[in-house]
Amino acid sequence: MPVIEKNGDTIWHRRTTKQSLAHSAMWLVGLAIFAYCWQQISNATTWFFVWDAPRIASDIWTRATPPKWEYISQLGRPIWDTLNIATLGTLIALCLAVPVAFLAARNTTPSALFIRPVALLIIVSTRSINSLIWALLLIAIIGPGVFAGVVAIAIRSIGFCAKLLYEAIEEIDEVQVEAITATGASRWQVMAYGIVPQILPAFAGIAVFRWDINIRESTVLGLVGAGGIGLQLSASLNVLAWPQVSLILLVILAAVVISEWVSAKVRGAII
Amino acid sequence: MLKLKKLVKTYRTGDQALKSIELEVPEGQVLALIGPSGAGKSTLIRCINRLVEPTSGEVWLGDIELTHLKSSGLRRARREMGMIFQEYALVERLTVMENVLSGRLGYVGFWRSLTRRFPQSDVDEAFRLLDRVGLLAMADKRADELSGGQRQRVGICRALIQNPKLLLVDEPTASLDPKTSRQIMRLICELCTERGLAAIINIHDVALAQMFVQRVVGLRFGAVEFDGPPEALTPDVLTTIYGEEDWEATIKKVDDDGNEIEAAE
Repeated sequence: MPVIEKNGDTIWHRRTTKQSLAHSAMWLVGLAIFAYCWQQISNATTWFFVWDAPRIASDIWTRATPPKWEYISQLGRPIWDTLNIATLGTLIALCLAVPVAFLAARNTTPSALFIRPVALLIIVSTRSINSLIWALLLIAIIGPGVFAGVVAIAIRSIGFCAKLLYEAIEEIDEVQVEAITATGASRWQVMAYGIVPQILPAFAGIAVFRWDINIRESTVLGLVGAGGIGLQLSASLNVLAWPQVSLILLVILAAVVISEWVSAKVRGAII
Repeated sequence: MLKLKKLVKTYRTGDQALKSIELEVPEGQVLALIGPSGAGKSTLIRCINRLVEPTSGEVWLGDIELTHLKSSGLRRARREMGMIFQEYALVERLTVMENVLSGRLGYVGFWRSLTRRFPQSDVDEAFRLLDRVGLLAMADKRADELSGGQRQRVGICRALIQNPKLLLVDEPTASLDPKTSRQIMRLICELCTERGLAAIINIHDVALAQMFVQRVVGLRFGAVEFDGPPEALTPDVLTTIYGEEDWEATIKKVDDDGNEIEAAE
């Protein structure tokens, strides 16, 4: 124990001698592992390319500037597609996430033994696979295009939204639910009056937050052929049209900034 | 009107919260339930409207036995029992009016309640009740904008709009200051007299209970230790309910205190 009696005084240390020795040893082991890993990575790196990097980067920079402004006339449609993929995907995901969340939340699930694990499995499986990978799968199934992008975004978002929502449901004040139950309200009325008002702010926050994330995710979906501005990006990269690439990046940046601004405004208005 | 027969509640942890409670409450009687924390007061109240499922025993409300009711029968029985809570238990993000009207949920269909299309008679009654408790001006405020005493008044309106035969009141004053506590207790007891309601009021404050009720039941370790009029609460009785303490001073001081406030008002 860190409290030691010595010459009648009671001395207190944060750790006992044994604990502080163990602590230092842990640091030593950590440093050794770090040094070893550093060496391994260093051996596996072709340092010529790394030393060359600043020159290549500045070369690309000179090729990419100024952006090819007139190319913007061809970007309106793709960026509109991107926004639609994100928005529609988020809406579909929310519709599917709400029931899943109610089935997954411990206090609302009809059966903690059978249905809850299924709901949790849906959440984990949709969440753990990146939307790019979903898009690759879906393009194989339903062919390339915007629809594949929408579905990919929707599936990827179900788990995210449902997880945050079911955590919000589990955190509600049960006494309010009890009070509504005590009036003789039915199961659905208890949900509408006791639970929904309590999770509504969380729901709105989650929806806008996910929409914001989805705008960023949908910009890259085109790289694998699922529609949107990513399609233009990959085409431009393939033909080394750097001025076009830089313009596309600027457009994506603008879209993301605007979406962040909108979502911040909406969240501020709700809470 | 309310009759508990051999009511037992044993929690899954093995705690026996209620040990074979026998209790009868006649129509129109206001009864205070006192006892130390953990004596089973809240459990008793919640076993009556089955927010907590009793382990065994019977609960008779009029000529209906509640413990065996299926869900729709239970809902119908719950409409007859209004409940008032310690922390008010209003739905914070709904307006005062919505909170009051939620007391009618047992009478209104799902879609009508979802779209807030309550019958005009319910709305009229809600306004009448809000006026009675002095909150008519607050009808459109959100519940979380109100003070503690105001919230508890809304809670009372929600219970009364059910048009119940019985009020179950769980520590109505525990979150309120002494003055508001008295006002709320007085309001509850007045309303019970006006409407001829029976009520079971859980309460920590023995003196407050003595001031307002006709009958006191003392609970200790899940069993009834005392059942009698408030005047019969002697220091000896309080010792059997709560344990050894200098009760003489408490009761006396509180009595004086009560008179003073009464005189001042």
